[in-house]
Amino acid sequence: MALEPAEVEKIAHLARLAIDPQDVPVYARNLSDILAFVEQLNEVDTSGVVPMAHPLDMTQRLRPDEVTEQNQREHFQEHAPAVEAGLYLVPKVIE
Amino acid sequence: MHNKTLAELAAGLRDKAFSSEQLTGHFLQRIQAHDSQLNSFISVTEELALTQARAADARLAAGDAGPLTGIPFAHKDIFCTDGVRTSCGSKMLDNFIAPYDATVTRRLQAAGAVMLGKTNMDEFAMGSSNETSFYGPVKNPWNTAAVPGGSSGGSAAAVAARLTPAATGTDTGGSIRQPAALCGITGIKPTYGRVSRYGMIAFASSLDQAGPMTRTAEDAALMLGVLAGFDPADSTCVKRPVDDYAAHLQDSLDGLRVGMPKEYFGEGLDSGVAAVIEQAVKQLESQGATLVEISLPNTRLAVPAYYVVAPAECSSNLSRMDGVRFGHRCAEPKDLEDLYKRSRGEGFGAEVKRRIMVGTYALSAGYYDAYYLKAQQVRRLIADDFKQAFEQVDVIAGPTSPTVAFNIGAKVDDPVTMYLSDIYTIAVNLAGLPGMSLPAGFSDDLPVGMQLIGNYFDEARLLNVAHQYQQATDWHTRAPEQFG
Repeated sequence: MALEPAEVEKIAHLARLAIDPQDVPVYARNLSDILAFVEQLNEVDTSGVVPMAHPLDMTQRLRPDEVTEQNQREHFQEHAPAVEAGLYLVPKVIE
Repeated sequence: MHNKTLAELAAGLRDKAFSSEQLTGHFLQRIQAHDSQLNSFISVTEELALTQARAADARLAAGDAGPLTGIPFAHKDIFCTDGVRTSCGSKMLDNFIAPYDATVTRRLQAAGAVMLGKTNMDEFAMGSSNETSFYGPVKNPWNTAAVPGGSSGGSAAAVAARLTPAATGTDTGGSIRQPAALCGITGIKPTYGRVSRYGMIAFASSLDQAGPMTRTAEDAALMLGVLAGFDPADSTCVKRPVDDYAAHLQDSLDGLRVGMPKEYFGEGLDSGVAAVIEQAVKQLESQGATLVEISLPNTRLAVPAYYVVAPAECSSNLSRMDGVRFGHRCAEPKDLEDLYKRSRGEGFGAEVKRRIMVGTYALSAGYYDAYYLKAQQVRRLIADDFKQAFEQVDVIAGPTSPTVAFNIGAKVDDPVTMYLSDIYTIAVNLAGLPGMSLPAGFSDDLPVGMQLIGNYFDEARLLNVAHQYQQATDWHTRAPEQFG
């Protein structure tokens, strides 16, 4: 499975990663190597095998629906890049 | 003082041979004197350490001390520490001061342990050589041209160089065991769910597990006793009593059945490492164990399955690093998409980007069944291999890593070759089993680690076998000359 540079650019876009254009061929080669390597999985027949999502096959634990956390908005926002009036600031989204 | 084990230091503190403040000062001085050669710490928290040491001395004086009270430790920089920078080895979190403590941090604090600082690591724990850290590579104390292993490479190097008696690590595919092996120390990855993951920055949530890195199995037992236990804040943490790990250390090895997987002794294993491990299992045999040849037929599929599952989970986990709420933000974003893309593009290094992209691809529409589902099915086959093996044997023994420490730069350009250095450790994470590495000898003047794999929640037995081995051998007492 060899990835073309255009496919790498598409994946990078889906992952919201800016990639330097000059690095695209290197990523294409690395990702193709990794995908070729994981192709080995197809050598084994897994029909009927139940996928293993959790090592202990546990189900999600539930807890009573009670308030357990205090509001710490100011504390958590101390390290945000840009905050105003308790809100996170981002570039304008709606014109 | 720095050549004493954690257990010996704890006894010294109780007997008032020295105070925690003196002990802490001694290790802080060693870090100052030696770490420029190793780069094993990202942050040294000197003032905090001395404050914690004085509090520990008060507890010791009041007779309110546990086995870790007053003991200095180094904390992998993946664990959130309230008020202290928690970088995860990444430029993305270079400015991140954690606003809360991880459960592991809190448990160590409650036990009275003294944090010396935060250790260097592969970026977001993605690496097997500690070369992907934003803060530069860590060097192996046995040969500073060589890597310490990864991702807990700073923790392993700091323990090996006697800059700290103990450290924390995390292990997603071998990140405690492989650096422990390459640096000649002892480390245990517990059963998945034994130690809380709350506040431990997530890489691959179904694989990540924290554990101790120490010089001896006895020390690991003392530390694991503090780390392990139920935590309601982690929905995957298991509610189950914690064994008294120290109580089983003296159990005899008589009748112990040790499985040797033939797939772990075949092609790809360095002959010098093989010779050391064969000697080590013979040692176990001479102490009463029976060696049984076993087979884990799907071994060769473990690394490929891991490099679908782990990147898929990491691409999801790392989506929270978006330049909005914390972490790195690019300068003058022109719109929201530009903000996301450039913040992440600038904040993440090449290996993290590679894994995010592999994971994104594997999870994208049309490919999910072919990659992720297939890998999860193979994961079950790998776990079933172990299940069958543990019907015949009590523990499994083999090499931790196929080679001794390789040189810095030797594998950086070839991700797949680098990935294969975790070939014996990765299957254990996929199955969720406990595994440990302990020093078993040397090859080419570099340490070799023996891996022990146990059945689910059988940490006490692993620590027992390792301790008995360490009673009969002295590999774990060897110190790198420069740092002895």
